Formats: sequence, C-alpha cells, structure tokens
Amino acid sequence: MIQKLKTYQFLFEELVKRDFKAKYKRTVLGMAWSILSPLLTLLIMRLVFTNFFGRSTPHYTTYLFCGNLIFSFFSDSTNQGMTSLMGNAHIFTKVNVPKYLFLFSKNVQCLINFGLTLGVFFIFCILDHITFTWRFLCLLYPICFMVLFNVGVGMILSALFVFFRDIQYLWSVFTQLLMYMSAIFYTIDTFSPQIQRLFLANPVYLFIRYFRLIVIEASVPSLQYHLLIAADAIVVFGIGCWVYKKYNHQFLYYV
Amino acid sequence: MSILEAKNVSIRYITGDFKDIGLKEYCMRRLKGNYHVTEFWADRDVSFTLERGEMLGIIGSNGAGKSTLLKAVSGIMVPTEGEIYREGTIAALLELGSGFDGDLTVRENAYLRGAMLGYTRKFMDETYEQIIDFAELRDFEDRPFKQLSSGMKSRLAFSIACLVRPDILILDEVLSVGDGAFRKKSEEKMREIIKGGATTILVSHSLGQVRDMCTKVLWLHRGKQIDFGTDVKEICDRYQQFLDGKLAI
Repeated sequence: MIQKLKTYQFLFEELVKRDFKAKYKRTVLGMAWSILSPLLTLLIMRLVFTNFFGRSTPHYTTYLFCGNLIFSFFSDSTNQGMTSLMGNAHIFTKVNVPKYLFLFSKNVQCLINFGLTLGVFFIFCILDHITFTWRFLCLLYPICFMVLFNVGVGMILSALFVFFRDIQYLWSVFTQLLMYMSAIFYTIDTFSPQIQRLFLANPVYLFIRYFRLIVIEASVPSLQYHLLIAADAIVVFGIGCWVYKKYNHQFLYYV
Repeated sequence: MSILEAKNVSIRYITGDFKDIGLKEYCMRRLKGNYHVTEFWADRDVSFTLERGEMLGIIGSNGAGKSTLLKAVSGIMVPTEGEIYREGTIAALLELGSGFDGDLTVRENAYLRGAMLGYTRKFMDETYEQIIDFAELRDFEDRPFKQLSSGMKSRLAFSIACLVRPDILILDEVLSVGDGAFRKKSEEKMREIIKGGATTILVSHSLGQVRDMCTKVLWLHRGKQIDFGTDVKEICDRYQQFLDGKLAI
C-alpha cells in the first residue's frame, strides 16, 4: 500500500493541481468567490431566521456559521466526489491507475476550500466575542473524521453514478432534505427527548454539534460522542472501499 | 521463463441499452422482468507467450479484439476467463491523443501525462526540455492545450510516451502519428527503444511494419485466434491473402 502510494504520489499531486486550477481558473477572484459564496448563504440565513430563532439562541451568527460551514463542506465534497469517477473515465479506460485517486484529489480540493472558510469562520468568532480556548484543538478530531466520512460517501456515490446517472438528482433532493434535518438554523431543544436522540443518527448533525459545543459552549463532548462519530465515519468509509474493490473492473463497461 | 503469458484469455463485454437508463428505469425493468443485458465476446480463447526481448505483432481487421486484448494485458481490464501472467512493469500507449485536459497548458499536460505513465517528478524535470524539443512545441509551451492542432497533440503524446523504459511496452497504432517527417522520426525512436531490450507488443495495420520488426505474430479475427507463431512471414502472407479475398477463414 505504502509502496503503491509512493508510485502514484506524483500522479496524485498533478491531479490535485489540475482540479485546483480547474476550480479557481487561475484567478485570485476565483478563490475569493469560493469564500464569498458560503458568506452570502450565511447572510441570507441570518436575515431570514434571526426573527424566528435568533433571539433565543446565544451567538446566533456563530451558531448558523457552524452549521453552514460543516454542511457546505459535506455537500460540496460529496457532490464533487460523485462525478469524479465519470469525469475521469477517459483516463482510467486508457491507463491503468488506481481509480480512487480521482476522488481523493477532488476531496483535497474541497478540504482546501473548507480550510479557507474555516479561517473566515474564526474571524467571525472573534467578531462575535467568542473566547478561544485550548479546546479548539479538539476540532481536529471531527475534521479528520469528516474527511473520512466524505470520502466514504463520495466513493459510494461515484460508483453509483457510473451505473445510474439519475443518482445526481436523487442526491440533490436528499442533501436538501438532510440540510433541513441537520438543525442548521434552528435548535433542537424544543423537541421531545426521543426526537432529540433521533438527530444523533445523522452524522452531519454530529459534526455540526461537535463544533458548536466546542466553539460556543466551550465544552468537550463525551467519550461516547467521540466514538459515535468515529464509528459512523469508519463504517461509511469501509462500505466505500468495499464498493470500489468489488466493482473496480466493472466501471469500464458502463462509461 | 516467459515475461508475458496469456492462457485461454476470453473477454466479455456487456452491452445493451442499460447504460443510460438510470435507477428509476432500472427498478421498473427489474420489476417487469424486462431487464436485458446482451453479452459480446470481444476475445475468445486467445493464448500466447512472449520471452524477454521479443516483439509481438498483433494483426487483424477492425473489431478483431486487438485493443481489448491489450487492455487486458495492461491490466485495465481483467479477463472474464483465462489468465494473464506478466512480470515487470508495463507501459501501454493506447489511443495517444485522449486523456489530456484542454484547459491546462502544454507544460502542465506533459507533467500530468508523465505522471499517468508512472514517471517520477525528478525524471520529468530532467526530460521535459527533451520532450518539448522532440515534439517541436517550443513556441506553444504555455498555451492552453485546446488551442493545439490535433497533429501537435499527438506529437506531444508520442514524445512523452517514447521516454518509457518499461519491461513490456504496448504500442497501439502509435507509429502512425503526425506528418511524414515526424513519423519517420518517431519510428526511429521506437526502434531505438525496442533495441534497448524491451519486450514489445505492436498493433498495426501496416503489414510491412509487422514483417519488418516483429519476431512473433498473433492473428485475430472477430475475437478468435486464427494463428500464432514465430513464422512471421508465413502468417503475414496468409493474412495478406485473406485481405485480398483469396483465403477464407
């Protein structure tokens, strides 16, 4: 595996560069746009929902931003990941390269984008009078598992996309639904305890809540919470790997 | 010990209208029992062996299964039946012009392609100048790839590919690249590589090339193996007769 990674390191770097250039079109403004777009979403949500939820939720802007930050990372990286295999069909049908490289490269791209937005997020935290503590270091934990989770979902989706092209429409409907179910702009305190527990079945919500606990409430989640996040990500990633292994040589027939 | 051995290799494609139907239609057809997949054997029971330093020519009309066989040899596909044993590194030059990105510059594309062929960055840094000179694209280095003419594109592709020093080299119609002058240059380059001791598989529609260069010939027709052997002249003669319509198979 390590040997293989070494062999393909150069290719991987070149793929990342290619995707990076394709995304930002070699312009400074291109990069600015990718930060601006989540900020605009944030602005809209802030304007629309402040009247409904903003008054009762402390640090509502940060609260919203946590949700948006995580959710846009998830939706960006899964949507881009979905088309990564099909988009590179002209390469893997001609050259024998590991197919997951295309997906990984797209995910690196999304991670960079996430990193940029995260920077802006911290600036907003300062503006919102959030105190920075050592606990912020814990944020690395959900970020790592989020990457693993996104890659896993991306693997499953990109494989499915090869076989069924309409999966992209289904997925966009599903992400919309997931967005409303991830408590991005509302709090779940008003729900009954049973329903509150149901939210824990949503991995994206877990990540968002982790961020909020650390940033707004300055408390580290329980050990079980950590384990739940790890389990979700590892299971999804495992399924993704299995799908790629099983269908590795069949993608060719469908592109 | 053979460096490459194919044993009763058969490759099946699945075809039909299932490709673009989507999940909804797929479920509908499954429910109605109306889901059909047609099979198509691109290669049937093909066997050959290659020793180190030998050169195999694969001949046959269009649709004979040549390119599919090469995909199996290079590991892009796995044979449906049979087995392929290979030793050492393989470099396959299949359909040279494809796989480039139109928005990247010539330089960036060269690096990307080099990476795909398994070169290291160090190697590319060292040989990049050589590639550009050989492809005669010095003035176009920083142009977007899509602005190049198709001849220039394949010239670049060939120039990058011909640097390979693999144990097994697969050439699919790559010797017919570019204009007359470049073709001559590329043939010389190829001979040089072959002389370097690489085991080579050549697919060509030019019988002259096969007669000239190959030590073994494999003749495929509609996926079936008509002949395989070291008697290049005899097999090529028969193939020529077949092409002229004098021989029926």
